[in-house]
Amino acid sequence: MPKMNMLQAINNALDIAMAEDDKVLCFGEDVGVFGGVFRATSHLQEKYGRERCFNTPLVEQGIIGFANGLAAQGSVPVAEIQFADYIFPAFDQIVNETAKFRYRSGDLFNVGGLTIRTPYGGGISGGHYHSQSPEAYFAHTPGLKIVVPRNPYQAKGLLLSAIRDPDPVIFFEPKRLYRAAVGEVPEEDYQLPIGEAEVIKEGSDVTVLGWGAQMEVIERTVELAEKEGISCEVIDLRSILPWDEDTVVESVLKTGRLVITHEAPRTGGFAGEIAATIQERCFLYLESPIERVTGLDTPFPLTLEKEYLPDHLKIFEAIKASVAY
Amino acid sequence: MTTTHDVHSPSFMTGDEFHIPTFRLLQQDGTLFEGAEAPELDEEKALKIYRAMLVTRVLDERMMAAQRQGRLSFYMQCTGEEAAVIGATAALDDADMIMAQYREQGALVYRGFSYDEFMNQLFGNELDYGKGRQMPIHYGSRKLHYMTISSPLATQIPQATGYAYGQKLAGEGHCTITFFGEGAASEGDFHAALNMASVHKVPVIFFCRNNGYAISTPASEQFAADGIAPRAFGYRMHVIRVDGNDVLAVYRATQDARKIAVEKNQPVLIEAMTYRLAAHSSSDDPSGYRSRKEEEAWREKDPILRMQRWLIDRGWWSEEEEKELQDSLRREVLETMKRAEKRPPPPLESLVTDVYADVTPALQRQLDALKTHIRKYPDAYPKGARSLDPDVKAAGSEYKAGDEQGGA
Repeated sequence: MPKMNMLQAINNALDIAMAEDDKVLCFGEDVGVFGGVFRATSHLQEKYGRERCFNTPLVEQGIIGFANGLAAQGSVPVAEIQFADYIFPAFDQIVNETAKFRYRSGDLFNVGGLTIRTPYGGGISGGHYHSQSPEAYFAHTPGLKIVVPRNPYQAKGLLLSAIRDPDPVIFFEPKRLYRAAVGEVPEEDYQLPIGEAEVIKEGSDVTVLGWGAQMEVIERTVELAEKEGISCEVIDLRSILPWDEDTVVESVLKTGRLVITHEAPRTGGFAGEIAATIQERCFLYLESPIERVTGLDTPFPLTLEKEYLPDHLKIFEAIKASVAY
Repeated sequence: MTTTHDVHSPSFMTGDEFHIPTFRLLQQDGTLFEGAEAPELDEEKALKIYRAMLVTRVLDERMMAAQRQGRLSFYMQCTGEEAAVIGATAALDDADMIMAQYREQGALVYRGFSYDEFMNQLFGNELDYGKGRQMPIHYGSRKLHYMTISSPLATQIPQATGYAYGQKLAGEGHCTITFFGEGAASEGDFHAALNMASVHKVPVIFFCRNNGYAISTPASEQFAADGIAPRAFGYRMHVIRVDGNDVLAVYRATQDARKIAVEKNQPVLIEAMTYRLAAHSSSDDPSGYRSRKEEEAWREKDPILRMQRWLIDRGWWSEEEEKELQDSLRREVLETMKRAEKRPPPPLESLVTDVYADVTPALQRQLDALKTHIRKYPDAYPKGARSLDPDVKAAGSEYKAGDEQGGA
């Protein structure tokens, strides 16, 4: 099986989708001949022509509005927003249009073909505007699906599912792992399920839950915890919306403890939603309060980025606190 | 007000009815075009402008090199656009507001921002006015009337309209200039800003640096129209297109624009035709989307060289002075860089201050928890540990470049 980094896996998924279906189009700022600022769309214009893979003017609200229209017409747009930090001019198009297209028309029209790809997350010296994790804003919007892959294999399978899903999907790509994450990825077409979490590692003392780039951080944490004799069950949520309550509930019923981690600020972060649901469904089984290890309730900093980030040591401390409660 | 002039057969217009000339005064050899008149500019002011252009060029060269050595996480150059930015700034009152995009460090240089001030921001140290929170080049200076840079594109343009409206009400005769690229002019914010400025009669100058590229996207894929200038007609706004590499033309055009803005309370759009000679940023490689030949052709139109020849022609400058200034600037950049690199990072508390005017109880609790955590693992957080205990020998002064450097 060939090894790919996450960008290559994403590029490969786009290539497969475009080859299979003429209706699939890829566009966004610098996406054309340059192949995107991260090169996720490399060679797609060469292969499929300028009508199907192209640069757009620099206008995010235009990109998503245009994509909504294309999807309503029956095309399958894969629109790139260069950084998740720059998705907000398109907030109206996504929240009021994309998410409600099917519902408001009584299913006369839908934009289910739409996929929005966008790199998110910190740890790259990107400061306020190249580091944010805005998944929670969109998680508050019924009608959207939100997917976050953790490695190249997941990225390819989930992206192909997102493109073919009957509903619009925001696909957040952990840019810190774009080149850093390398792994085996099948050349052929395959899909991974949207809306299903994955238990990556079974354990008995505590459930540790995350998504995207945090999974790599969790992996480091678990090494520390297991050395101290704490058995961790690790879950990658993979889809933020809809999220897989049952898999998490099942795990917490077994371990009695839950630690959730994300880079986004704590208040209003998606960990809060998960914690609320889990206490509803697992209250009598919980051995300790659900722990959240997140970014601070501040904008994303630069010089003190390391101090801000929910790293393996902070998660480790939360695991220990949870187990020793 | 909408005009009504009846016709009785369909008649479409395309905009080709308008031909927008380019205002130029100075030829590349440093002499004026025939019939062109140099703006009123005495020797002292001319040299101040020239010096600012050179200071900017040297800063950019050295800091890009420092980025390549891994001493700096990120950098952006103004190279090739110094005449546009500095020529415009020089035509303003020093108390007029500047709301820039991110490539306008020349404006700060002209107003007296020192190499130390630049370096402190670039290295995000304890003396950085922005407290180490933003990526390099996101400068700001209240005393120099230069709004702190924000990376999202075009957001400053409608803000400039609002700021200038406030200036009009204040009645002190000031205006705001906002700089942006031809790419940013595609954002909705640009259109909102121009429309509101015209409707509300606002003393604001919209200065578009049409430098040919938005990262890799050429202007030809950015708009189908004849540049940015014709958009002014849609808002019934004064507009001028100027050779952005001609410092005299930019200076004169902006002087006149300022008069319109301040004396008549009317907004003006200036489109400066120029070229981004360097990469978009340190994360970009232009060889993937444009030719060396194209770059070389523009290198010959270097705005600094053009002004230098004009100055030498007038006897206001010499090759010897040029060499002396360049050498001393290079030395100064290196010295200030070394100073800034060694300075400690901002204190840990700076993570939670300025989110609100006062630190909330919840944020204070988060900070306290973080301090406890860092005291437990000081080696893992050298900058934070150093701030908690300044005597701790930590590697906190070493600015570590990121893996991807933000791609901006």
